[in-house]
Amino acid sequence: MTEGRGRFGEFGGQYLPETLMPAIFELERAWDEAQKDAGFKAELDRLLRDYVGRPTPLTDATRLAKAVGLRRVLLKREDLAHTGAHKINNAIGQALLARRMGKRRIVAETGAGQHGVATATVCALLGLECVVYMGTLDIQRQAPNVFRMKLLGAEVREASSGSQTLKDAINEAIRDWVTNVRTTYYLLGSAMGPHPYPTIVRELQRVIGAEARAQSQALLGRLPDLVSACVGGGSNAIGMFAAFLDDAGVALRGVEAAGEGVATGKHAATITAGSVGVLHGAKTLVLQDEAGQIIEAHSISAGLDYPGVGPQHAALAKSGRAVYVSITDQEALDAVSLLARTEGVICALESAHAIADLHRLGAEDGDRDVAVCLSGRGDKDLDTIIKRLGK
Amino acid sequence: MTGLQRIARAFAQAKAEHRLAVVPYLTVGYPDRASTRGLLAAAVAGGADVIELGVPFSDPLADGTTVQRASEVALAHGVTLADCLAEAKAIVDGYDIPVVLMGYTNSLLRYGFARVADDARAAGVAGVIVVDLPVEEAGPLDAALVPAGIARIELLAPTTTEDRIARIAGAARGFVYCVSLTGVTGARTELPPDVGAFVGRVRAKAAVPAVLGFGISTPEHVASLRGVVDGVAVGSAVINVVTNAAPAARAEALRTYVASLVAAGRS
Repeated sequence: MTEGRGRFGEFGGQYLPETLMPAIFELERAWDEAQKDAGFKAELDRLLRDYVGRPTPLTDATRLAKAVGLRRVLLKREDLAHTGAHKINNAIGQALLARRMGKRRIVAETGAGQHGVATATVCALLGLECVVYMGTLDIQRQAPNVFRMKLLGAEVREASSGSQTLKDAINEAIRDWVTNVRTTYYLLGSAMGPHPYPTIVRELQRVIGAEARAQSQALLGRLPDLVSACVGGGSNAIGMFAAFLDDAGVALRGVEAAGEGVATGKHAATITAGSVGVLHGAKTLVLQDEAGQIIEAHSISAGLDYPGVGPQHAALAKSGRAVYVSITDQEALDAVSLLARTEGVICALESAHAIADLHRLGAEDGDRDVAVCLSGRGDKDLDTIIKRLGK
Repeated sequence: MTGLQRIARAFAQAKAEHRLAVVPYLTVGYPDRASTRGLLAAAVAGGADVIELGVPFSDPLADGTTVQRASEVALAHGVTLADCLAEAKAIVDGYDIPVVLMGYTNSLLRYGFARVADDARAAGVAGVIVVDLPVEEAGPLDAALVPAGIARIELLAPTTTEDRIARIAGAARGFVYCVSLTGVTGARTELPPDVGAFVGRVRAKAAVPAVLGFGISTPEHVASLRGVVDGVAVGSAVINVVTNAAPAARAEALRTYVASLVAAGRS
């Protein structure tokens, strides 16, 4: 017997309690049907244009390029999307899918709060009930986003078990889903979890890469030499990569959070330092101990603070099609300043990991054009940044 | 005698005595490593027919608060799958009773499926219940367990469709575990009203006994299930009994509680 469907090489699958299996099959069918429905795509495109503000610009960052020693740096400006990050692309698509499936109650997990805010926003727009699970620690460190979600009419529930961060919020969201499976849609925020979520999220985030690809061609007259993005669960990265996977001449680079340094053990560099495991419904790379207990991740960026990664990234790393590196908390903080001072853009700490990596790319070979996904804006991180840089 | 033969014998004996088989669950290493063996002995003394040993996992997404907390305590004590296998061997050797392990995929994957099968056989373990391993993903584990004569106990839920029940229950080994409700583990005050119909659909397709679990906590629950199922699995309520008793009185409290469940299941 072979393993189940929804595989990226050895990774992926559907590792769920039996109670949820009929629901996940229902989701697969609904997604397949929605993909074939021109009306679904038309409504999604309309909302992405008139509500989210797509297409987002591709900014030619000349002063940043000079500072890092690269020929060109093109910033894909997801920070300019409504709610301030790429998360809205996925939230809108899945909320439309939920409504199509007749599910009026949405549950979601959030780490930094960006996916929670995006989900609460879309639920307000479509008139859906919204419950967001968030770890106790994250509620403390991302207070503005907690308030935003409440203002948007969502109920924020505290995940107080385990490490009290994103992974525990996911556990709680799955527990809610298994309890209310007949009425509830689980709106997963990253390209992870059981099949078909990694595929659904990739396809809904593909718009990032598709736009960036066309905009690069218009700006450069050709494709960039390398495309990069930060990777936690990996949704902005897989959306960016998806449009370039078949372009053999375009290198793909994912940037993980090295926290205080991979050697210290306090990091979230799952691909760099993890091993094969099953977490949250998928076989993928995870941070775990010898006995298979999941280890708490660490990153200054709450959105990258996760001990797993989307299964397609694990497969892309294994095949070598994409390369994954890691950046420390301090390097990311420095990159926030660098981008602010060279381009007048205050980016999220997540995105700053990809910006920081540009130094290395410039040092390796500066004769390249690089397109970077700037996944979100930095307002939510100002408290954290003030504490670290204000000293 | 193999583990599977012990399961068959246990259910046959309960049936001959006109009662439900009682399957208590205890997280290994809760409330501490030293007390597990004594607590399991007490459960056996109270009349347990099958013992379910909980393998603690860091991210038990199908468990409610009670088992979550018990797992956290056990992990703080450093309990591993190897420890669970050692406890299983002690119970099997000491009482000749069927033992199944209950846990999550990653613990088994990390240990290695082939090594799980070898060591479980050596310990006399009858089966494993893996709550996040649906039949679609179970091929590699089955490939290791089947030759070792160990059952992967199938779970069925109220949401499981008819054709799926037929496919899963029809091929089940040892016993089938019916999840009484849509939700996580945890003691409930009432069981769902449609539980009899659900179990009936499963029993119509299963060649092995059907055990009902999730939510069952009182002798009244057990009494209401006479004639409906072949056995009852009781986990969170068992942990609560242990938690709520003074340390010196835990074993006796557990023995008394299990005995009350066994008595309530007698027709």
